[in-house]
Amino acid sequence: MYKILKAEELTTNIYLMVVEAKRIAASCLPGQFVIVRTSEDSERIPLTICDYDREAGTITIVFQTVGASTLKMSGLKAGDSFHDFVGPLGCPSELTKENIDDLKKKHILFVAGGVGTAPVYPQVKWLHENGVAADVIVGSKTKDLLILEHEMEAVAGNLYITTDDGSYGRSGMVTQTIKDLVSEGKQYDVCIAIGPMIMMKFVCKMTEELNIPTIVSLNPIMVDGTGMCGACRVTVGGEVKFACVDGPEFDGHKVNFDEAMKRQQIYKTAEGRAFLAAKEGDTHHGGCGNCN
Amino acid sequence: MDVLKKVPVAEQDAKERATNFKEVCLGYTKEEAMEEAARCINCKNAQCMKGCPVSINIPGFIEQVKLGNFEKAYEIISQSSALPAVCGRVCPQESQCEGKCIRGIKGEPISIGKLERFVADWARENGITPKVTAEKKGKKVAVIGSGPAGLTCAGDLAKMGYDVTIFEALHEAGGVLVYGIPEFRLPKDAVVKKEIENVKALGVKIETNCVVGKSVTIDELMKNEGFEAVFIGSGAGLPKFMGIPGEQANGVFSANEYLTRSNLMKAFNENSDTPIMRGKKVAVVGGGNVAMDAARTALRLGAEVHIVYRRSEEELPARVEEVHHAKEEGIIFDLLTNPVEILEDENNWVKGIKCIKMELGEPDASGRRSPIAIEGSEFVIDVDTVIMSLGTSPNPLISSTTDGLEINKRRCIIADEEHGKTTKDGVFAGGDAVTGAATVILAMGAGKTAAKGIDEYLSQK
Repeated sequence: MYKILKAEELTTNIYLMVVEAKRIAASCLPGQFVIVRTSEDSERIPLTICDYDREAGTITIVFQTVGASTLKMSGLKAGDSFHDFVGPLGCPSELTKENIDDLKKKHILFVAGGVGTAPVYPQVKWLHENGVAADVIVGSKTKDLLILEHEMEAVAGNLYITTDDGSYGRSGMVTQTIKDLVSEGKQYDVCIAIGPMIMMKFVCKMTEELNIPTIVSLNPIMVDGTGMCGACRVTVGGEVKFACVDGPEFDGHKVNFDEAMKRQQIYKTAEGRAFLAAKEGDTHHGGCGNCN
Repeated sequence: MDVLKKVPVAEQDAKERATNFKEVCLGYTKEEAMEEAARCINCKNAQCMKGCPVSINIPGFIEQVKLGNFEKAYEIISQSSALPAVCGRVCPQESQCEGKCIRGIKGEPISIGKLERFVADWARENGITPKVTAEKKGKKVAVIGSGPAGLTCAGDLAKMGYDVTIFEALHEAGGVLVYGIPEFRLPKDAVVKKEIENVKALGVKIETNCVVGKSVTIDELMKNEGFEAVFIGSGAGLPKFMGIPGEQANGVFSANEYLTRSNLMKAFNENSDTPIMRGKKVAVVGGGNVAMDAARTALRLGAEVHIVYRRSEEELPARVEEVHHAKEEGIIFDLLTNPVEILEDENNWVKGIKCIKMELGEPDASGRRSPIAIEGSEFVIDVDTVIMSLGTSPNPLISSTTDGLEINKRRCIIADEEHGKTTKDGVFAGGDAVTGAATVILAMGAGKTAAKGIDEYLSQK
């Protein structure tokens, strides 16, 4: 069970895997996630579903090596199997509940940051399959770290790539691109932003000023993913919600990002940070607040 | 032998066991078991059986222990109970079988629990397993949840000849037996895994990593996968928080999270991939068995631990044995104390818990005296970790994804006591999912009842 049919390193520290998971492939929708364990004594970690093939019965996941567990995972090859792979967890994306004709009339903007491109992709693809075109901003630190460019191009209405160092596409962070597009005359009815928490926080600050309702997909620490432990609790609009059952999508303008980012730090030890710095070297992105 | 006193059972020394996760109670030796069994009067009208939620023939099995016929004793227990090694360890015998023991009127009751444990352990060590003798009926039943209710229902149905599959959301079977109850009360590899193997030996299939309500729905199981009846034993896994300020700080956990990390994910072991917060000073809010489990786990991970409970010792819902063990191990009991705020430092880490002293007033709906705050008595306990152990309620996942399944105000599935029938045709339920958080043995009783109910229902179809 949970056999890996394909395992590919998309770019430094970012991997893609296609896994056999019939029940999940049959019932999942964009926005949902899985929880995986590499071996019998592995940690349970959540990953958003990047793509699914109902006929083939497979799920595609994309992950970045951020610590010991993901590092172990990156060693798996085609032919290996995950010890555990459960889903689909979480609520499907809000978009999947809307009327298609209404969606066609909306101007939708997606903002994907780094590895956040992977969870944005299934939503854009779903819209495309339903005849809805969306604008997609993909931000990456540098050209080499860009992932799923061709896949996204095939399903996005307009694709705007921006790199921090200007090595490809526009130059600057995603927030700059949003500002630019709006000044160029673009009008958006809704924005969906997925990426590191700090990126989502700043995108929301900007979209709040621009009056664009924004949905974010949160990635807090999780253990079971089914609502039994509360590790993933986040404060949204002053209320406590569990990201695994009430989310992972929430109204970005109501999320207490500062608290969520601090809660992500709980298991980061000094050792862990040193390990990450050594492993990532120059490719370390920085700015997500996850290691300092 | 003093016929009025229990033969004492060996336990790990309190100071030593507070530093390890090995089982606290070491169980009877063969000689001790036979000696204790000899105290039993073998009453004609056994009251102990009436106190047992699964009606084990207690005098029957004890008689066999007295005679040294341990295999026969195991057979007698197995007729009624699927998990004797578990019950012998975690049942609140003092309020069930032993609470009704006639010997207990003048002296100490028979150590029924320890005898049950002895027989179960002996059987496991000697490779004795239960067998199926019934003819296969060719009908499929789905059981949701592999905790005590589900395992018992599945085991009983398999013994009747049904083709049973258990669907479990987590990656390992056992429910509270693996994620809730700590290693030092209920060893996972040595005891729980083996008990579950016994259930599988009856032909029961267990599909882990399947969340009914998400991976598949009950309607799909019945319409597309050929299951003619379903038993819901999904438990009460939804944690409760107080809603006080500071509860989202780093270092505040639900007991469910803390225990799941330690028990299921084995985070108590430093080599585990799953981290757990190893606080230096821990406050556990609550007074039930789960609070004791969380407190004793934190203690073993090196902390000074406080149980913060709003009523007095008399009202503590935890088993007397667990409270006793906790005290022996050095857990501090801050009774008549209620938290009002969790204090955090500038980086969102817990630095203390502000509490208020309580006094007891008139009894409330539960029959226990109401705790009333004493104005102006606030004080702070310096802690770096807070574990909320306030009780759990059923996860709404199944009820919200199954048409026709009614629940009550507390989100418990409505099921009749006699058969376990819910408001949906062919669907039965029992255990914590129906009653709210309770005990392993009550869940097992409900699993048995439902198995009979399902058998009746399918025989009439």
